[in-house]
Amino acid sequence: MSDTHAQFAFVRSKMLPEAPPPASERGAAKWVRQNFFSSTINTVMTIFVFVVVIQIALTVVPWLANGVWSGSSLSDCREALAGETGACFAVLSERWNQLLFGFQYPSELYWRPLAAFLLLFVAIAPVLFQKYVPSKMLIFTALYPFIAFFLIWGGSLLTPVLALAGFVVGYFVYTKLVAQSFALGFFGGLFAALAFWILSGYLPVEGILAIEPVESREIGGFMLNLILGTVCVSLSIPFGIALALGRQSSMPIIKWICVVFIEFIRGVPLITLLFVANVVLAYFLPPGTNFDLILRVIIMITMFASAYIAEVIRGGLAALPRGQYEAANSLGLDYAQSMRLIILPQALKISIPGIVNVAVGLFKDTTLVSVISMFDLVGMIRGPISSSQEWNGVYWELFLAAGLLFFVTCYGISQYSQWLERELRTDHR
Amino acid sequence: MADTAPQMHVSDEVAISIQRMNKWYGTFHVLRDIDLTVYAGERIVIAGPSGSGKSTLIRCINALEEHQKGKIVVDGTLLSSDLKNIDKIRSEVGMVFQHFNLFPHLTILENCTLAPIWVRKTPKREAEETAMHFLEKVKIPDQANKYPGQLSGGQQQRVAIARSLCMMPRIMLFDEPTSALDPEMIKEVLDTMVSLAEEGMTMICVTHEMGFARQVANRVIFMDQGQIVEQNEPEEFFNNPKSERTKLFLSQILGH
Repeated sequence: MSDTHAQFAFVRSKMLPEAPPPASERGAAKWVRQNFFSSTINTVMTIFVFVVVIQIALTVVPWLANGVWSGSSLSDCREALAGETGACFAVLSERWNQLLFGFQYPSELYWRPLAAFLLLFVAIAPVLFQKYVPSKMLIFTALYPFIAFFLIWGGSLLTPVLALAGFVVGYFVYTKLVAQSFALGFFGGLFAALAFWILSGYLPVEGILAIEPVESREIGGFMLNLILGTVCVSLSIPFGIALALGRQSSMPIIKWICVVFIEFIRGVPLITLLFVANVVLAYFLPPGTNFDLILRVIIMITMFASAYIAEVIRGGLAALPRGQYEAANSLGLDYAQSMRLIILPQALKISIPGIVNVAVGLFKDTTLVSVISMFDLVGMIRGPISSSQEWNGVYWELFLAAGLLFFVTCYGISQYSQWLERELRTDHR
Repeated sequence: MADTAPQMHVSDEVAISIQRMNKWYGTFHVLRDIDLTVYAGERIVIAGPSGSGKSTLIRCINALEEHQKGKIVVDGTLLSSDLKNIDKIRSEVGMVFQHFNLFPHLTILENCTLAPIWVRKTPKREAEETAMHFLEKVKIPDQANKYPGQLSGGQQQRVAIARSLCMMPRIMLFDEPTSALDPEMIKEVLDTMVSLAEEGMTMICVTHEMGFARQVANRVIFMDQGQIVEQNEPEEFFNNPKSERTKLFLSQILGH
């Protein structure tokens, strides 16, 4: 017994130190060999892909490099190129402002949307970078929609001020009534705000403290895409949260309203909703009412995006373990507190990739308004620019520019969301 | 099942009174005619095979589960569908879960101060002082600014206990607090619970830790098939069980 035992008895007397890997497992040569030439098939594939990439570059690079940047028509470009391949970027230099602002926006007022655009970054900074920007800046964020409206549409300063005042009145009534019950406060505030807006509609504000007004149909170009994208995304997130929570509600009426809304809107193509906004709504409105087309489109796109975002957030809510709800309840937090402090911060964090996916898709879908004859970036290219005598036949350059504008914006959004995910990571895996 | 066991209550003040309480999951009758009176300062351990309804029973006490028949009075407040009563009871009754259920997006300190700040309206400074006091008591004040994901299971469970204590509860419920822990970490959590018991906290623990039951419980309750089968003081319960079902259970859980 003791003999067999002695054969495998072992006590380590010295712990082994950490050692570096062998030289053949390091260095650039190893990386190239392992990633490009590790087998016959991989070597063939590498060479094939290399040839294809070279071929594409040989076509595209001269086209870009020979590009003509000045001239006032396509024939000018052809003359300058004298038979060689080359792009006609002259259309971009000549029509750049139209691509950005549409062809009807008064050119002496371009500074106003531009200022609104720059202020947008100041306004969203405290929302996007909560940790790094003082939260007092949120006051500017709240005021920004009214400032931007005033800058872009112009008209009387009283219009945005009265709109803002309606919100203030609604909020005031809400705080007075919410102590009795949330529903009373919510609907009381809503009713007070609506009443205020309807009454203030009768005020003769025209021309008081006014700057030159611009009409909705004069707004176009990439500016229109940005307006629709920003407004609809920022509205659809709170609506989406409300719909997602409503769909989870234990109150059957609220639940069914949310389910029907989400399922109906998701089951309809956006383009039909836009046609409804453009044409059909006019039949239902009393004759003579002037219901702004951009506002109608904003309502439709927001409804559409809210339904999608609601489903994304519902996924996030479903991913949370029941224990989180139970822990929040067992500590005595009420429904609103547990949602705001415990459930939504976690559910929204899980939903970030999905929400950004919807937001990016939505932003690109704003080009669909070109189908209902609004002159957004794509509408400008397909309409006034391509059909003009000077630039008839120029496609590649214009759509390349449009693609680049959208790509830069969407890539920025996507990078931000990845940064935010890293920022919010607390699991330290 | 009448509440006929010999009473070893610490005081005459009734903390929890449950009368003829019944609960169904759909058509499944989980809890049948539960009668239980808990006196202030009592430490009760509930044991029983899985599925016997012990967790459901304590989850009914703070209305995480709804009961369909009978009456539950916690600290003088009748548990009904009235949300105000439910919130009042929940803020007086602390609960510790099997899977800790800490809030992963908040630091340890924030986990502990959240409810005092929002429910009790305690000023932030004061809530943080209280939280640090209880974190010291569970022996992890140095982890206050970490996130739950950075802590071991035993540490997380002690934070969960501290989080409940920050609400200054009159009663603590423990739902299998050591069942999800490695053997090495069970002791540190049990030690925390023992010191809590020594301070006179009213406690109801669902647990399989029979050593803990012998050491601190005034009363051990054995449940099976949704009913209280036997209850007694620990010495009697372990050395001289009366019912056959209890004997079988004890022989299985103490037999190795």
